[in-house]
Amino acid sequence: MYKKILLAADGSDHSIRAASHAINLAKLNDGQIDVVYAVDGKTSKEDVLHGIDKYEVKKERETKLKPIVDLLEEKHIAYTTKFLHGEPGPAIVEYANNDNYDCVVVGSRGLNKVQTMILGSVSHKIAKRVFCPVLIVK
Amino acid sequence: MNVTKMKEEWFGNVKGDILAGIVVALALIPEAIAFSIIAQVDPMVGLYASFCIAVVIAFVGGRPGMISAATGAMALLMVTLVADHGLQYLLAATILTGVLQILFGVFRLASVMKFVPRSVMIGFVNALAILIFTAQLPHFEGEGWIMYALVALTLAIIYLFPMVTKAVPSTLVAIIVVTAIAVYAGFDIRAVGDLGNLSSDLPVFLIPDIPLNFETLAIIFPYSLSLALVGLLESLLTANIVDDMTDTESDKNKESRGQGIANIVAGFFGGMAGCAMIGQSVINVKSGGRGRLSALVAGGFLMILIFVLGSVVVKIPMAALAGVMIMVSISTFDWSSVKNLHKIPRTDAAVMVTTVVTVVVTHNLSIGVLAGVLLSAIFFAAKISKVKVTQIVAVNGKKKIYKVDGQIFFASVSDLVSQFTFNEDVEEVEIDLTNAHLWDDSAIGALDKIEMKFEQNNVTVKYKGLNRDSKSLKDKIGGLSKASGH
Repeated sequence: MYKKILLAADGSDHSIRAASHAINLAKLNDGQIDVVYAVDGKTSKEDVLHGIDKYEVKKERETKLKPIVDLLEEKHIAYTTKFLHGEPGPAIVEYANNDNYDCVVVGSRGLNKVQTMILGSVSHKIAKRVFCPVLIVK
Repeated sequence: MNVTKMKEEWFGNVKGDILAGIVVALALIPEAIAFSIIAQVDPMVGLYASFCIAVVIAFVGGRPGMISAATGAMALLMVTLVADHGLQYLLAATILTGVLQILFGVFRLASVMKFVPRSVMIGFVNALAILIFTAQLPHFEGEGWIMYALVALTLAIIYLFPMVTKAVPSTLVAIIVVTAIAVYAGFDIRAVGDLGNLSSDLPVFLIPDIPLNFETLAIIFPYSLSLALVGLLESLLTANIVDDMTDTESDKNKESRGQGIANIVAGFFGGMAGCAMIGQSVINVKSGGRGRLSALVAGGFLMILIFVLGSVVVKIPMAALAGVMIMVSISTFDWSSVKNLHKIPRTDAAVMVTTVVTVVVTHNLSIGVLAGVLLSAIFFAAKISKVKVTQIVAVNGKKKIYKVDGQIFFASVSDLVSQFTFNEDVEEVEIDLTNAHLWDDSAIGALDKIEMKFEQNNVTVKYKGLNRDSKSLKDKIGGLSKASGH
């Protein structure tokens, strides 16, 4: 059943919680997890400005995913990590739909009510546009 | 050049590039006019510059998908030149700026960028944002509530319109709405036409009307040098951001040369110096622009718009442009650096603040960057000049071993020497330099001094663990400063 799982993560508490659920799902089915982290234009700008060079920038982003990677290592789940570039919603949707995933797991939003009203939540966009089943972890 | 690569850079993304180019052109107009007003030249100077630079960069730039045009950072540097000597000197300075940037590219100096620490870069963008903001304040002088209301309306549209659609740049919508209101209601407020002339002519090739002598060079050279450095700094920073956003590589030295060529062309066609724009490049990539075609379309479409809309553009109220510039300064400012100011190392914070303050006081971004780089160099030297010396007594107190940890150079030698005790009752001293590195003749001089002082007390000095670089340095100049010539 759920063998190929896509986990959309940004290192926030929500995404770490989502990761533990993705792991449970993967364990049930002996599946693998692809972790994707979408970097939008604003984050790109800030990261490049604050990073020394692109290796440093990459390293700092990897640090953000470290809690999740540690969790995956600890539970012995096969995984890959990938950084996508663009608006998180559309970027993750495109990536998920271009490959045959059995399930997409994403944390519910970390934004407050006003931000959600204006920006819309990433998890909502994913749920609406991804073809495969989506698990939104609250 | 590799044909396949060229084809990919130009035609790999035709639809996305054309659409994004149009969006960028629409967003460029208000900025090009507003930056001209900052530099106190006719709006045409900024518009011609944006047209020339965008089009030329499309062909010769090193970072496809990046947008270059007239910018605030450059406009701020030329204010006094224009005020004291006029437009013709600005055009000449623009051409010289281009020549300097080409030299930068030819001598592959893009890597010099690495000597500009990130806290200086953050200070640079923050100072730029503050200067763009303060440059808007004179427009409010002597104006009534209508000015404030229109600026507020402009900002409201800019920030809220994206909720309706993101297909049209909200800055353009704001300009159109506010201009329509101002014209229809017949408000008596300043408009672009009151600050300069606008013509619907294509730019023509002209050689700047200046005396070609040493005096002229002495006037324009300092400006050109500042412009060249600031232009490259912002362009290479923008190139790094576009690299990251698109997950691709770019040729920084080619970009430096390209910026130079673009500025030379701009200068000969009546435009002011420009460079890459962070904001516009982000808009371009977000709108789907990736290739060289996007910059070409942006420049070309901009010129068409000016051609068609020249008579409307003069009616744009300054309130609308001030609103757009306030938005530009808000988005240029790196807010996370303020939020995290208490978290980052004190020295980094000091460098950032020094850069900002220097720029705001001198109104010159290049002086600020220089001050920031110097201060961080001093901090760095201070940080690594901490030397640790551990003393170990051996062979029944007859021998003493000094273990030296750290970098031995001009800033650390006095600290090093003071950590030795010379008047002790030992026969032999061993200086263990396994974890030390000798950098300059001050380091060698300090060791010679230590050796000499010990020898005055009849103590023999031996060295241990010199690494290869340190040893060759010591062999070359060691003993020169010592009287005994050991």
